[in-house]
Amino acid sequence: MSNVPAELKYTKSHEWVSVDGDVATVGITDHAQDLLGDMVFIELPDVGATFSKGDDCAVVESVKAASDVYSPVSGEVVEVNEDLADSPESVNNDAYTAWLFKIKLSDASEVDEMLDAATYSGVAADDSH
Amino acid sequence: MGKQTPLYDKHVVMGAKMVDFGGWDMPLRYGSQIDEHHQVRTDAGMFDVSHMSVVDFTGPDTREFLRKIFANNVDRLTTPGKALYTCMLKEDGNVLDDLIVYYMDENWFRVVFNAATHDKDLAWVQEQAKSFSLEIIEPPNMAMIAVQGPNARVKAGAVFDEPVRSEIASLAPFTAAYFGDLFISRTGYTGEDGFEIILPVSQANDVWRALYGEGVQPIGLAARDTLRLEAGMNLYGSDMDESTSPLESGLGWTVAWDPEGRDFIGRGALEKIRSAGTTKKLVGLILEEKGVLRDHQKVIVNGLDDGEITSGGFSPTLQKSIAFARVSKDIGGTCKVEIRGKHVLATVVKLPFVRNGKPV
Repeated sequence: MSNVPAELKYTKSHEWVSVDGDVATVGITDHAQDLLGDMVFIELPDVGATFSKGDDCAVVESVKAASDVYSPVSGEVVEVNEDLADSPESVNNDAYTAWLFKIKLSDASEVDEMLDAATYSGVAADDSH
Repeated sequence: MGKQTPLYDKHVVMGAKMVDFGGWDMPLRYGSQIDEHHQVRTDAGMFDVSHMSVVDFTGPDTREFLRKIFANNVDRLTTPGKALYTCMLKEDGNVLDDLIVYYMDENWFRVVFNAATHDKDLAWVQEQAKSFSLEIIEPPNMAMIAVQGPNARVKAGAVFDEPVRSEIASLAPFTAAYFGDLFISRTGYTGEDGFEIILPVSQANDVWRALYGEGVQPIGLAARDTLRLEAGMNLYGSDMDESTSPLESGLGWTVAWDPEGRDFIGRGALEKIRSAGTTKKLVGLILEEKGVLRDHQKVIVNGLDDGEITSGGFSPTLQKSIAFARVSKDIGGTCKVEIRGKHVLATVVKLPFVRNGKPV
């Protein structure tokens, strides 16, 4: 069973979010990395780019497939995880420390609409069968 | 649920992700596909290949029959145990399957066909065999385990007692022999040294467990694919099929034109293709930018479609993406590949990409 930390928020498209003030840190879930397999490169958004909730904003490319990452919230990208350029496998090693980007929330209420850990666990379990 | 090999339960216990492959439930990977790939390049790995089709041809007309249905010439096989790689063609010169044929004795040749092509292969050979005096037999209850890697032969040998241990150590490349119930060949599909072992189902789990005890790690289909891709080995159904001839699939070397009088199935059509001149060929591509080359991506030369990738993936040895592509015969040293709408640069290279664990 994949790891779904209780303190995070999730999307049906397998992103996780951790909120600190008005900045959300975004990554892909353990379930997503497990489905995709070994990561070989990760294309991150530019700092300063703005996205609406649901926009495709990054690509994670594994041995199996290239997959879009969708912004879970609306806002402006304020930081990206440059370390992933050299070590995309850190997403496989720990999907919850290997964050992709940080985004300044333009509508904090969007976070409340996201899935909690229990609901996401159900989504991930259905998805596995 | 698909067909299961005798080692199915082992794969599940070892945590494999199972996938459908030609109607069989097979292990895709047990953990990291890249780690499995390196395991074979640097040490030893084992593959459950029990889904492959083992077929024995026996009887007085066997050699004559195989001279007719294979594009390579079984007359190259005169020593018991010697193996030959060949395509089996249709009348139009296109490829029904690729296979390895072993010479056992003058009345017995053994063939290992692909798994996904089993039904059509058997139907084809039975139809062609009608006017020949021979039997086509699938030995029942067989399993098949491949052990591959620089340490594969030593670690596989350690599983067996003397004198088998010494005897298999002296097995020459591309030959096979029976050791008790075990049919062991020094062949493989990874570009590394090693064995393929055909054995009774009743022994499969014990041999698998003993190999694991020697530090031979299980390897899934995903790493099997990147290993054979690096080694420049074709995959039936991707790199050639019933719509392509061996001449445009990098397999011209497997067609035995001599002697001219050998009228193998597909010969007439192939001779026409050869004299008209082929327009396409299979080449290797190395991606020079970030990304992964994948099957069916378009190859572009001078802004025009020039062909497509037949097999692509990420090479753990080169740390770059590599592919086979069927392109114009006169392609230059570079081309572009369309990946997700963008045109990215690739270098055109000769195969293989990797030999004996090292980039070529």
